[in-house]
Amino acid sequence: MSPSLETRGLTVRFGGHVAVDHVTCAFRPGELTAIVGPNGAGKTTYFNLISGQLRASDGAVAIFGRDVTRLGAPERTRLGLGRAFQLTNLFPQLAVAENVRLAVQAHAGVHYDMRRPWRGRRDLIDKAEAVLGSVGLGDRRGTQAAALSHGDQRKLEVAMMMALEPKIAMFDEPTAGMSVDEVPVVLDLIARLKSDPTRTILLVEHKMDVVRSLADRIVVLVNGRLAADGEPQAVIASAVVQEAYLGIAPGKAA
Amino acid sequence: MSLLSGDGPRGRPLQILIGAVVLALMLAPFLFPGAKALNTSAKICVMILLVASYDVLIGYAGIVSFAHVMFFGVGAYGVGLALYGLGASWTAVAIGLVAAAALSLALALAIGLFSLRVQSIFFAMVTLAVAYAFNVLASQLSDITGGEDGRSFKVPAALQPGFKWLDHPIFGVPASGKLIAYYLVFFVAAVAFLVLLRVVNSPFGRVLQAIRENPFRAEALGYRIVFHRTLATCISALGATVAGALSALWLRYVGPDTALSFSIQVDVLVMVVVGGMGSLWGAIVGAAVFVVAEGYLQDLMGALANAAAEAHLPLLPGLFDPHRWLLWLGLAFVLAVYFAPAGIVGALKPAEGKGKRT
Repeated sequence: MSPSLETRGLTVRFGGHVAVDHVTCAFRPGELTAIVGPNGAGKTTYFNLISGQLRASDGAVAIFGRDVTRLGAPERTRLGLGRAFQLTNLFPQLAVAENVRLAVQAHAGVHYDMRRPWRGRRDLIDKAEAVLGSVGLGDRRGTQAAALSHGDQRKLEVAMMMALEPKIAMFDEPTAGMSVDEVPVVLDLIARLKSDPTRTILLVEHKMDVVRSLADRIVVLVNGRLAADGEPQAVIASAVVQEAYLGIAPGKAA
Repeated sequence: MSLLSGDGPRGRPLQILIGAVVLALMLAPFLFPGAKALNTSAKICVMILLVASYDVLIGYAGIVSFAHVMFFGVGAYGVGLALYGLGASWTAVAIGLVAAAALSLALALAIGLFSLRVQSIFFAMVTLAVAYAFNVLASQLSDITGGEDGRSFKVPAALQPGFKWLDHPIFGVPASGKLIAYYLVFFVAAVAFLVLLRVVNSPFGRVLQAIRENPFRAEALGYRIVFHRTLATCISALGATVAGALSALWLRYVGPDTALSFSIQVDVLVMVVVGGMGSLWGAIVGAAVFVVAEGYLQDLMGALANAAAEAHLPLLPGLFDPHRWLLWLGLAFVLAVYFAPAGIVGALKPAEGKGKRT
């Protein structure tokens, strides 16, 4: 199958520092790729380059074969990209339901309608309710996003991404800082997304047990470079990974 | 309530306050006879629209602009100079209003597209510069604008005080053009306010709030925020233009002091903050409180000063001297910001609504 997302020689420099260094990689529908690497390896920066929050210094990004290197984040989202951020990135003063409703509204293409009150769009409200229910936040719909617990904020973050119904879903450490009993909720959601064979999923994750259970493929970044790429078993066993990353703490990370 | 776009004032105290202000304005010519009271009422109507349109920008979209009164001036000068140059007719009013709206849109579009991409502090500086340049232009082009003196002009006959449309008075109020002029101001301001209320409660308006809260995330959801911000600037500019046109029609005069001065911009800012930023109902409360204080605080202080002097109290007669009214207004403003940072509307909001602000 042809790749849904591709980076070719993707590079970004901050002054003299090369944060992402000529990363060439293709991702296909039905595949969940875990991106791992030590802190500062450039995983989140790589995500930022793909979703358009950062512009590349060099190289190209293509979504469904279309070169999007010069397009901004909104345009890439409209092409089917969805992103859950590592640092929770909500509309803090707005209600939980409103956060999700805004994502639903964006996906429905209702951007400039000012003729009717927003409450008149029942369809958008109902869909937001359904998404909220799927992450288990239905009873917090009226709470200000800023007043949620950290774990609930992470769930809301994921819910907003899901509301976009992305063809390419990018999770940046979705379970970071979550309590042990909250982690399965998010993992279940990712597994459910994965069951759709047309969907491409990218996952940055530190917890190796999560990676082992979900990933079809592992990509390793070290110092901004692609250090390894392949089947989970082979990659985890490879010398470069043992040395650069996993060798330090397979037991501890799990 | 589709007229209010499902966003009526929340909480009993606020409903009563808003209801009282609106009712007072609606019946002002009958409740408060006298030129000063009617002038104050008309100014409140105009200011409600000006402040509400500013709140769309600063309170909902989170855009800080210092050029809002410039658009007010465009409206006032547009209608004023058209009436001055073309004579007192409704055609002149229409031409002036359309030309002013076009100029406002062009300016708002230019400011929006050129500078809304950059950080908000830089945008604020750009608007300050543009507004200042416009101010200088208006006083320098004195052949057209009348310079610092401004222009006095005649309004269409139906709005002139001498116009009699009934032989007998209505409830003791003479049926003059002044009455028509007041209700023109009142109803146009009311309709424009309801339009703005619809805009901020529409799907588009909700995106504005999202952009205010987190522009980065709004973009990641697929919203092109530059367009939203530019559109908000244009809508807000049009509201101010209409307010300016109403002001010119009411005053039958246009000049830098009544239409362009920076002190109006500061007043508008104070009214937005006192009323409550981020709620259009705050515009009604803020404008009413401020304009009434501006008009009557001096009278009140004069009375207080006299009373204190007669009672031979030390210091107080000096403190309450009517010339010191700005001191008291300033003090009241500081206290209001300190104790009610969300404005009067925020202070009156029902407690259960606090977690539910959407």
